[in-house]
Amino acid sequence: MEDTQHISSAFDKDLAELNRKIAKLGQLTQNQFARALEALLNYDLTQIDEIVAHDKRIDELESKLNEDALTLIALRSPLAADLRRVIVAVKIATMLERMGDYAKNIAKRIEWVAKGDVVDVSNTSIKSMGETVQHMVQQVLEAYMNADADTAMQVWLRDVEVDQMHKTIFQELLQLMGDRPEHVTAGSHMLFITKNIERIGDYATGIAEQICFLVNGFMPEETRPKADETDHKG
Amino acid sequence: MTETDKTVKTHKTPEAEDRVKIKARRVNVFYGAAQALFDIDLDMRLNQVTALIGPSGCGKSTFLRCLNRMNDVIDGCRVEGDIYMDNQNVYDETLDVVELRARIGMVFQKPNPFPKSIYDNVAYGPRIHGMTQNKEQLDHIVKKSLRRAGLWDEVKDRLSDTGSGLSGGQQQRLCIARAIAVNPEVLLMDEPCSALDPVATAVIENLIHELRQRYTIVIVTHSMHQAARVSQKTAYFHLGELIEYGDTSDIFTRPQHEQTEAYISGKIG
Ligand SMILES: Nc1ncnc2c1ncn2[C@@H]1O[C@H](COP(=O)(O)OP(=O)(O)OP(=O)(O)O)[C@@H](O)[C@H]1O
Ligand SMILES: [Mg+2]
Repeated sequence: MEDTQHISSAFDKDLAELNRKIAKLGQLTQNQFARALEALLNYDLTQIDEIVAHDKRIDELESKLNEDALTLIALRSPLAADLRRVIVAVKIATMLERMGDYAKNIAKRIEWVAKGDVVDVSNTSIKSMGETVQHMVQQVLEAYMNADADTAMQVWLRDVEVDQMHKTIFQELLQLMGDRPEHVTAGSHMLFITKNIERIGDYATGIAEQICFLVNGFMPEETRPKADETDHKG
Repeated sequence: MTETDKTVKTHKTPEAEDRVKIKARRVNVFYGAAQALFDIDLDMRLNQVTALIGPSGCGKSTFLRCLNRMNDVIDGCRVEGDIYMDNQNVYDETLDVVELRARIGMVFQKPNPFPKSIYDNVAYGPRIHGMTQNKEQLDHIVKKSLRRAGLWDEVKDRLSDTGSGLSGGQQQRLCIARAIAVNPEVLLMDEPCSALDPVATAVIENLIHELRQRYTIVIVTHSMHQAARVSQKTAYFHLGELIEYGDTSDIFTRPQHEQTEAYISGKIG
């Protein structure tokens, strides 16, 4: 799929540009998320303004990519794998932009959590949840660049893992707030933060699905092996 | 669904109620010693538009001409295999070819109105097939055919003008009116819009959409987007072979064969 070239080399260039923007967007989003997590775990309030300000770059790049895609569709009328590539790029860009928003939202809440200084209990589990999601995001973006549906599916399957971690932390936080009502404010912010991390993980699996569609032409449900039929029994 | 094993089929199975109108089996065509088509198996369904696509010289027109035995009149052309319309073999010795061509109408790339009036162009078929008893009935058929071809309003005041005085798009619609005047069951169209501007093309495409409600249509087109717009099924030919056949919506979004993919997305092999 990658090595065959279009008769129109300008078409190839347009598609390559779309990929370049996705790569850039992915990098920006990953950075934002990494910085937000680091600031959270260190209660480091000095990073927050910059994280919030940086979000605009992601928004701008996403809207540029949308324009590129629109022009490409209008001028080149892509079909088959080319068409999937353009549609998938637009969808992934939207998801990356949303992931960036969640990173920003995490950053904004750190102040409140830091004030309460309560979250040591769950810090380790939040840390490992954050790292898991970070790894998923990194893996899925690599999978996109390599048009690697197998790796994408590995990421897709890890969604359950994150959901489980999120549930555990949720319980811990509820327990904490129940025991010590003075921590309700900080605890609530922490609830949102973990929810945001979980949502970023959801988007990573969303991107994985798009990669599967890009490469195979079908969403994962349709191409999952037969063994999975047991899942649909209920 | 065809029983071909060579072609790659897409995942969806056609709805059971799609009745096969024309069935081609193991069709081989030779021009002298040169073979132009190889073992073509293809089903064309009632009330559906089947688009034939593929690079120049791959055999689309040759295949189309097999369906109404237009190849019979080409010197040195030999057709092997079977083509059935409603389970009747089109190549049956006893079959009346003139009658067959009335049942399977054809529209060509270049509009080819007869050097006659607009009225006579459309009335020609019904006349030679003795379809009418009187002038009134003939008038009715001419009017109805021109209406269905979307041309009536533009020509109703000049029916006795010569057909070649019309614009290209109008001439093509006149040829369609002529083809449908004899009430065919199948309409074959070989690049019917290649000489038309986007508006005239849209008119013809809209017409194809309407005609499909009554006929089985097989269209050859070099425009991928036209195939995508007008057809329900698409067959991709390459060097005389049928490479892939499937739902049009699948062929243009997720073709299974890399040759199809390369062709429809304009790639170097
Ligand atoms: N009358 C003929 N005599 C000899 N060879 C012919 C004749 N008509 C077609 N051929 C050959 O048969 C092959 C298929 O031709 P055909 O016209 O069916 O292709 P096509 O797919 O319709 O091409 P195009 O898109 O250019 O119309 C070609 O190699 C062509 O040269
Ligand atoms: Mg031809």
